[in-house]
Amino acid sequence: MADLRVNFAGIKAPNPFWLASAPPTDKAYNVERAFRAGWGGVVWKTLGEDPPIVNVSGPRYGALHGPDRRVLAFNNIELITDRPLAVNLREIKEVKRRWPDRAMVVSLMVPCTEDSWKAILARVEETEADGVELNFGCPHGMSERGMGSAVGQVPEYVEMVTRWCKQHSRMPVIVKLTPNISDIRKPAEAAHRGGADAVSLINTVNSIMGVDLDAMAPSPHTDGKATHGGMCGPAVRPMALNMVAEIARNPVTRGLPISGIGGIEKWRDAAEFMALGAGTVQVCTAAMLYGFKIVEEMTAGLSDFMDRKGYKRVDDLVGLAIPNTTDWQYLNLDYAVKARIDQDLCISCGRCHIACEDTSHQAITAMKDGKRHFEVIDEECVGCNLCATVCPIENCIEMVPLVNEVDKRTGRMVDGSYRNWTQHPNNPMAGKAADEALEPAE
Amino acid sequence: MTTQPDIRAGRIDGGSVSENFADFHPPLDAHEARVASERCLFCFDAPCVTACPTEIDIPLFIRQIAAENPQGAAKTILDANIFGGMCARVCPTETLCEEACVRMESEGKPVEIGRLQRHATDALFASGRQLYRQGPATGSRVAIVGAGPAGLSCAHKLATLGHAVVVFDAREKPGGLNEHGIASYKAVDDFAQKEIAWILEVGGIELRNGQRLGRDFSLSDLQRDFDAVFLGLGLQAVNELGIDAPPLAGVEDAVAFIEALRQTPDLTTLPIGRRVVVIGGGMTAVDAAVQAKKLGADEVTMVYRRGPEQMAASRYEQEVALTNGVVVRHWARPISLVGEGGALRSVVFSRTRDDGGRLLDTGETFELPADQLFRAVGQLFLPGDIADAQVALEMERGRIKVDGERRTSVPGIWAGGDCVAGGSDLTVVAVEDGKRAALSIDRALRAQAPLAAE
Repeated sequence: MADLRVNFAGIKAPNPFWLASAPPTDKAYNVERAFRAGWGGVVWKTLGEDPPIVNVSGPRYGALHGPDRRVLAFNNIELITDRPLAVNLREIKEVKRRWPDRAMVVSLMVPCTEDSWKAILARVEETEADGVELNFGCPHGMSERGMGSAVGQVPEYVEMVTRWCKQHSRMPVIVKLTPNISDIRKPAEAAHRGGADAVSLINTVNSIMGVDLDAMAPSPHTDGKATHGGMCGPAVRPMALNMVAEIARNPVTRGLPISGIGGIEKWRDAAEFMALGAGTVQVCTAAMLYGFKIVEEMTAGLSDFMDRKGYKRVDDLVGLAIPNTTDWQYLNLDYAVKARIDQDLCISCGRCHIACEDTSHQAITAMKDGKRHFEVIDEECVGCNLCATVCPIENCIEMVPLVNEVDKRTGRMVDGSYRNWTQHPNNPMAGKAADEALEPAE
Repeated sequence: MTTQPDIRAGRIDGGSVSENFADFHPPLDAHEARVASERCLFCFDAPCVTACPTEIDIPLFIRQIAAENPQGAAKTILDANIFGGMCARVCPTETLCEEACVRMESEGKPVEIGRLQRHATDALFASGRQLYRQGPATGSRVAIVGAGPAGLSCAHKLATLGHAVVVFDAREKPGGLNEHGIASYKAVDDFAQKEIAWILEVGGIELRNGQRLGRDFSLSDLQRDFDAVFLGLGLQAVNELGIDAPPLAGVEDAVAFIEALRQTPDLTTLPIGRRVVVIGGGMTAVDAAVQAKKLGADEVTMVYRRGPEQMAASRYEQEVALTNGVVVRHWARPISLVGEGGALRSVVFSRTRDDGGRLLDTGETFELPADQLFRAVGQLFLPGDIADAQVALEMERGRIKVDGERRTSVPGIWAGGDCVAGGSDLTVVAVEDGKRAALSIDRALRAQAPLAAE
């Protein structure tokens, strides 16, 4: 049996599945239910200064639904906790006492003054929580008051506040990053410079989920008016994976522990984050959609996967896909694939044909010998993967690498050679920076 | 043992009637429709469209449902098939569009095209919206004989093209088989009449009921009074069993039974036998057998001379019969009817077998007690009505011969639906015939006389 225990930036937990700072972690009642269900840790919903903030009493959530109303993306305009600070601190302390083996991290967001951070850190420390997470990510409401993503979007602020927290607390400090920024590496580097023990990402993405075309207002709306919210759920996962990978492969932040967040619903999603460098993962949307029981699938699935692959500990898996995550310029331009349609699996929907015909390379037939028939024309196929993407049948269209054969489209022999853009004759800069041209060793 | 044949009304009470004759395929609600619509792959050159005799753009209308525009979907359907509402109810989709659905290949479960079509057309009819209007008047007049799906489809298309149309029908109620020949649980709530009323709303179509060709007017009358004629006559007679037997009470035509059932407001008043035998293997046989069962018949047995594969009723229809408690017996044909006091008592069958395509009796026989027998061994076109000294329509295998445009051998006369050769006795085919004929008539009339500029 794989060992799922983790030690993340000095915070120990029986498994890497934590609940993210959000409504599910706002109260002792919910958190204890989560622990009973098997979650390895929680990041308590963000605490702020008293008096508590006020939430709207209109709708807080919106969603993008797929077929059968499965939620593909989830959006909220809820603020940080709206309960008095003392109540939260008392409950945190009680719960941690009752569940000493679980990770108890407290999310914080106070105004950008040293005194404010110093004051709240001292009170959190008294709860015997395992660590703090600095909420520099919340993109709605609090950001208008100079907190949340308003901090996360300015690397200098990130560094400054992180430094204060490290100075005024002995607890591990996790910095939670906002994705609403052009280069995620910059705030991560700033957190690192400030002494952060870890970063967590992503927080939610600025979004309007839809427009009510009768009311002519974004939906959902509060008394006829609406504001953007923060989007999460499966739809943001690809963005989150990229941002995690960017930080994991950045030489400046290499080795900085990462807690991966963003649309994790099943064990596989978590394993993917881990392969790209996340040491733990945080979940919110899936729990809010299906309840806490989902963690049973996650722990069992991850454990089985690790057993199958022979990974003994979570750390064995962390970052394994990073060496294969690179820049476009280092991709092998001599490599070539061709689409192959398995005629036994093909159901003849013709989607591959029309996608290729209308929007790409006219490389798939629609007719053969007077019959509907879909077949790849190697002379035209660029191997783009569009057909396989639109195909409704799994494994029906495969991208087959050419091995020691002539690419019928280009007439070039594909012999396993390697040549990237930095070495390509069409690149005017090729050769000029020969030293940089080599793929970075990993 | 009673000697009286047991055929009587009121075998079931009113509550059971409404339960038994409730909507066969309850409509999809909005959510179900959305889920069902999302299963459509929006195929290129979609096989379902090719399989539809009226070539409805099925992927497009399903995408319109998925996009929460069911009324737009209805327009896509009705543009191709003005009887899209009825076809959604009665089409054997399992042998047409849904059989061709690529989801059959991948999952053995097609997109529910028929039910989605009903969802869309129901939404439109419920809104009360009218999509079509009469075209600019051409001054031409077209006579249509038969107010069934072929005739009314033709009439509607002609009206939208600006031709004045008069539709003659022998019955008092229009609709043809939609009104008289379809199992009542497939078209509940008087749908056939509501649909026809909506179709006629287009304007420019005059309906003359109770007017029978060959009795009240002749083909030459029509040729004289109109610029073009379309014959959508349907079939007038039922094939005989081929048994030499004196007439017996209880021996009836399935078509007549189905018609009576459709036209009986209170089904507790409709007599039905205790033991019913239906001879035949088509949809009419299934409809008669299932409805006999639903009316409370104790034992209903469908007997077909060949096997399940040869039945004209689809596999699905056969299953409907079975799940409704009908016993289906294959490879047997009736050879004699046993009567007593002028009433049917039982039917004697010979077992049959296939001998290289030829049907042979095995020599073995069996007897089924029966109070009532329904003949459903196919219908017949009676050419008597079109007999006319001046007009001789060429026939082919007992029906009117037409070309691809549904032109008969006589210029100025078109025909379609069940009365033409080569048809498949389906509503949807009749609708397509009417549509094609209308387009052909329109072309012919416009070529013939330069129409008044509008």
